Amino acid sequence: MPPSEHELRLRERLGRLRNMPLLGGAKLSGDLQRFQKQLDRLQQEATDEEIWRSVQLARHDNRPYTLDYVVRLLDDWFELHGDRFSEDDGAMVSGLGKLDGRTVALVGQQKGRDIKERAERRFGMPDPEGYRKAMRVMELADRHGFPVLSLVDTPGAYPGVAAEQHGQGGTIAASQAVMARLNVPSVACVIGEGGSGGAIAIALADRVLMQENAIYSVISPEGCAMILWRDAGEAKKAAAAFKPDAAHCLELGVIDGIVPEPDGGAQNDHDEAARLLKEAIAENLEELVDIPGDELRRRRRAKFRSLGVFA
Amino acid sequence: MTNVDVSVQTGDQPAPPPKHPNTCPSCHSHYRDDELEAALWVCAHCGHHFPMRARARIDYLADPGSFVEEATDLHSEDPLGFFDLRPYTDRIAEAELSTGLSDAMVIGQATLDGRGCELAVMDFKFMGGSMGSVVGEKFSRACDSAAERGVPLISVTSSGGARMQEGILALMQLPKTVCAVEDLHDAGQPLLSVMAHPTTGGVLASFATLGDVLLAEPGALMSFAGPRVVQQITREKLPEDFGLAEQNLRFGNIDAIVPRPELRGRLSALLRLFDAPI
Repeated sequence: MPPSEHELRLRERLGRLRNMPLLGGAKLSGDLQRFQKQLDRLQQEATDEEIWRSVQLARHDNRPYTLDYVVRLLDDWFELHGDRFSEDDGAMVSGLGKLDGRTVALVGQQKGRDIKERAERRFGMPDPEGYRKAMRVMELADRHGFPVLSLVDTPGAYPGVAAEQHGQGGTIAASQAVMARLNVPSVACVIGEGGSGGAIAIALADRVLMQENAIYSVISPEGCAMILWRDAGEAKKAAAAFKPDAAHCLELGVIDGIVPEPDGGAQNDHDEAARLLKEAIAENLEELVDIPGDELRRRRRAKFRSLGVFA
Repeated sequence: MTNVDVSVQTGDQPAPPPKHPNTCPSCHSHYRDDELEAALWVCAHCGHHFPMRARARIDYLADPGSFVEEATDLHSEDPLGFFDLRPYTDRIAEAELSTGLSDAMVIGQATLDGRGCELAVMDFKFMGGSMGSVVGEKFSRACDSAAERGVPLISVTSSGGARMQEGILALMQLPKTVCAVEDLHDAGQPLLSVMAHPTTGGVLASFATLGDVLLAEPGALMSFAGPRVVQQITREKLPEDFGLAEQNLRFGNIDAIVPRPELRGRLSALLRLFDAPI
């Protein structure tokens, strides 16, 4: 019996994955087994249950946040504050640090650990001031030839009255435009929730990665359920319909690689999760640093301009 | 002293008479279809701007006979096999039938008062003007066409945002159109962006606000998040003009509000200022 269309598609996808040098940790023998396990899992379509599990893990209370990675990834971390207009938005962090001896600029959304910090950091939902802070630090990096790292973890940009008055939409567009103009390499990784415009504002990068249990989506499962089923309780059904998990994003060509997590999820072992993330970022950066700036920019724009499915 | 019940029994009152179908939602005056069309779908009494279909907008802006449509062969696919209450493919088919369009944007070459330009015009009637892969691709091609011919690009947006039914690929139309605008700018051509009601969500957060000049129609809603979402999440009392063009002008987010009858003249002036070729 000839293989089914489904099986052929899976084989092709697997072949593509095997040839992809982008999966962090894949080159280390210690991680080979886990890598294989990941591939085995990818052989099967993620079930609705698995997709929902990703949604839950991506939002897990003990999942490492941007600053948890910063202290494990970078030496000499120097946080830079403020947008130089009006505010220092705690929902977005930015700064400089050394990654394996190379100075990099880092931007990323930051959620809070306890109730007080959560309120201060607005649950990782930046205001326009937060995106302006990220933009000015990325422009600083461009001036000095520092690669840009971006850690994406937000339910979305903050939907507030002042945020709208201060140009939330226009600022998200402007931040993407800054990234489209960068002459330095950029690597973005979705480390938790990649929520819509609030996420893409800092994810127009040369390489876009996703952690194994991260989600990346056009709308939150609850928001989608609210609009299409008029019931936020149908979030699970909505997630299954729009497939925000890493495997599907990879299949659609939206991301370049999946970064493995420790067994059971990043929340179980922050150090190990950071080690795997660092390897993936370093590996990708290594492949980009020798490419001239204008060529980087050309390829980056060509990649994003090719995204979409139509007949 | 005793309280006297003076309440009136209202249960038996007849229902209010059915509303006249052609009633202006703003001033409640009645209009005739042909008069409204002749007035560019602007209420003669209060200036309320009704939605304007893409083809009508192009007929208004382009010199007669000058419009040459491009990328007419693009149609949406269903990459996710998306199914909510109905399959996405059904929704597309229905929208195609009811609008006569292949998706929510029409692009093409034109002249305006004799000066060359490229037009990219959205139609809210096609699935709420939502941006999926086809809208992203059409806008991207409009940028290339403008760059190749050395003419400015005029976009007219009217959109609820990204098209949910295409999932993450719909979100990717934001960076896609942003990159297209950057390539247009590198080619030395401007984007003149006209935002009609409503321009919200993903379209506002991508190419629409990256115009070199940002214009809006009176009363157009231009917010990243919808009023209902903001109300729900923040529990703030929303200002009366929340997210409207007027508020955006006051806060410095746009250059001008242009009533529809003046739009053609204002765009013509901009084409002269940017030295669009004759």
